[in-house]
Amino acid sequence: MGKDDHLIEEITSREYEHGWNVDLASDSAPKGLDESTVRFISGRKNEPEWLLEWRLKAYRHWLTMVEPTWPNVTYPAIDYQDIIYYSAPKQTVVPKNLEDIDPELLRTFEKLGISLTEQKRLTGIAVDAVIDSVSVATTFKEKLGEMGIIFCSFSDAVKEHPDLVRKYLGSVVPANDNYFAALNSAVFSDGSFCYIPAGVRCPMELSTYFRINAAKTGQFERTLIVAEEGSYVSYLEGCTAPMRDENQLHAAVVEIYAKKEAVVKYSTVQNWYPGNKEGVGGIYNFVTKRGLCAGDRSKISWTQVETGSAITWKYPSCVLKGDYSIGEFYSVAVTNNYQQADTGTKMIHIGKNTRSRIVSKGISAGKSQNSYRGQVHIHKRAQNARNFSQCDSLLLGDTCGAHTFPYIDVENNSARVEHEATTSKIGEDQIFYCLQRGIDEEAAVALIVNGYAKEVLNQLPMEFAVEAQKLLALTLEGSVG
Amino acid sequence: MLTIKNLHATIDEKEILNGINLTVKAGEVHAIMGPNGSGKSTLAAALAGREEYVVTKGSVDFMGKNLLEMDPEIRAREGVFLAFQYPVEIPGVSTINFMKSAINQIRTHRGIPTLDAVAFLKLMKEKMKLVEIDQSLLNRSLNEGFSGGEKKRNEIFQMAMLEPTLAILDETDSGLDIDALRVVARGVNTLRSKDNAIIIVTHYQRLLEYIVPDFVHVLYQGRIVKSGTKDLALELEEKGYDWIKGQLTPA
Repeated sequence: MGKDDHLIEEITSREYEHGWNVDLASDSAPKGLDESTVRFISGRKNEPEWLLEWRLKAYRHWLTMVEPTWPNVTYPAIDYQDIIYYSAPKQTVVPKNLEDIDPELLRTFEKLGISLTEQKRLTGIAVDAVIDSVSVATTFKEKLGEMGIIFCSFSDAVKEHPDLVRKYLGSVVPANDNYFAALNSAVFSDGSFCYIPAGVRCPMELSTYFRINAAKTGQFERTLIVAEEGSYVSYLEGCTAPMRDENQLHAAVVEIYAKKEAVVKYSTVQNWYPGNKEGVGGIYNFVTKRGLCAGDRSKISWTQVETGSAITWKYPSCVLKGDYSIGEFYSVAVTNNYQQADTGTKMIHIGKNTRSRIVSKGISAGKSQNSYRGQVHIHKRAQNARNFSQCDSLLLGDTCGAHTFPYIDVENNSARVEHEATTSKIGEDQIFYCLQRGIDEEAAVALIVNGYAKEVLNQLPMEFAVEAQKLLALTLEGSVG
Repeated sequence: MLTIKNLHATIDEKEILNGINLTVKAGEVHAIMGPNGSGKSTLAAALAGREEYVVTKGSVDFMGKNLLEMDPEIRAREGVFLAFQYPVEIPGVSTINFMKSAINQIRTHRGIPTLDAVAFLKLMKEKMKLVEIDQSLLNRSLNEGFSGGEKKRNEIFQMAMLEPTLAILDETDSGLDIDALRVVARGVNTLRSKDNAIIIVTHYQRLLEYIVPDFVHVLYQGRIVKSGTKDLALELEEKGYDWIKGQLTPA
């Protein structure tokens, strides 16, 4: 018992690693939301008229919608008038290169462990870093530009590639798709834009790092990825947020458009502040992510490792419209203390011979609730569609909950849909086996959990996989015993 | 090396060990035999520090240190190894990965540098030969889908990797066919040295034909009731455990 107390004490004294607060002078919109807020944001960003109209339409539609209540999560009502919808770190000059960037901002990145200079030199990853709402640095832009690849902040895309943005914005997630997507469409501040021309294989992993800094700021970023015929891109998204007592809203939208034979791999490691161990504070992560396999033999693969956020509401989905197109979803969702996660995917089979694969690994500890919610829909004309779903839950302790909500709609008799689900607990026997080999309890849990999640972690690019493994171990430290 | 004095242990408040006395010196092999339920596996588990087994009385000195005060992982790092009767499965964790974690935590505890990948691989290849284990098995999830023989061989492989001062083999012979038994015994015999000691817990004399013990002890009702040399094992095999029980029946 003494040992357990010690472990519990150890975990309770360990705070969220990325919890700090950098004092950046910021340029913010007044608190609250009405049409003038939308105009303020659009105006600050010197947006064209059509985009302002698009935002306003979304805003007006949002007013007619109600917040969804079907997820298996509970939280106090959000006061949408108590949020600052736009907050940009103040910068007098537009940065041309890293040397022009506010050194305080660069230090923030260094604390995050994503020193741009270092990454640029060592890892060959192009980073589009977003702090609060404005993309402050885009590296490797020139190098990618030579291949015709566009990778820039959303704002820059609106200025430099307005036709592309106008053509694809909302083409996968319409502005009126759901409550949070509509809100995002009205007030989105920045994000990333990525365009891969036909036949081009992007030679490096593209990476965006999101972070919420200013107090009471919602972060509403928007990511749009367009992959032309026969192209390939692997995209990484990482998230952290500083520690705060009040909850912060994060409602992002990610759209992926894949044309004939295009392949897009989208990986997320989400480590938003989860609130403290009593469940105070933390991020509400209400995100809409969807990919459209528009062309034949295209493929979209989502991989996510969700360790953070007080509440996660997120279903990265694939619409398999092209014949022989493939959708994949690999997920590890970890919840501890009072975290709540309702996450999963939707695989909509429309084209013939479409295939989808779902591998979901939930890990619950503490007093957390972890739900998998997934829909597999086989349309009437989706001849020979195939789906395989594997949903596993791992429980640590006996005060947490794991739930599975699979929805399967099949309208075509030739479909083959398989669903497997397991629930297991980390056994005392497994822990003792590790202890007896000299491996301490913390390392044992990390080893067992990483083994359990291996199938998903294997999908991540190498450097992300290492980070994800560390995060899993960190999130669960001290939760067995 | 190991001195057990008057050891009492309970599980769920039921007394299983009832005053064990045993001294094991470096270089010795001791066999602990006894009928089912005599407390053999409890002794093994109590020495390894399994939480459910509560030591209520007695002392255990290991290499001049109080073993009972140590957490199980510390006992392991100090050189106590238990080959499990029923090794558990750990999905997604390969034996290689598992051993890498174990060796490096043990080395850190002992203040020696951890092994890099190259050195680890070299050590592994060397030990693989010893127990005739194939690398493909070591790449698979630990014990998952292993046959009985593979599991036991894997335990001995781990023993070879960790080079314990004191190895306790808990019913390592159970569920083994004769070929697997030979391989396991050969591995153990190669690992025998003047610096380490082995305690073999077994129900049958069979394994002792291949790993010849220096001493044989008979455990009955939580106590060592008879000690002798390897001949005692043969006598037991011939006469059965009832012979011991008969000798002990109070007048």
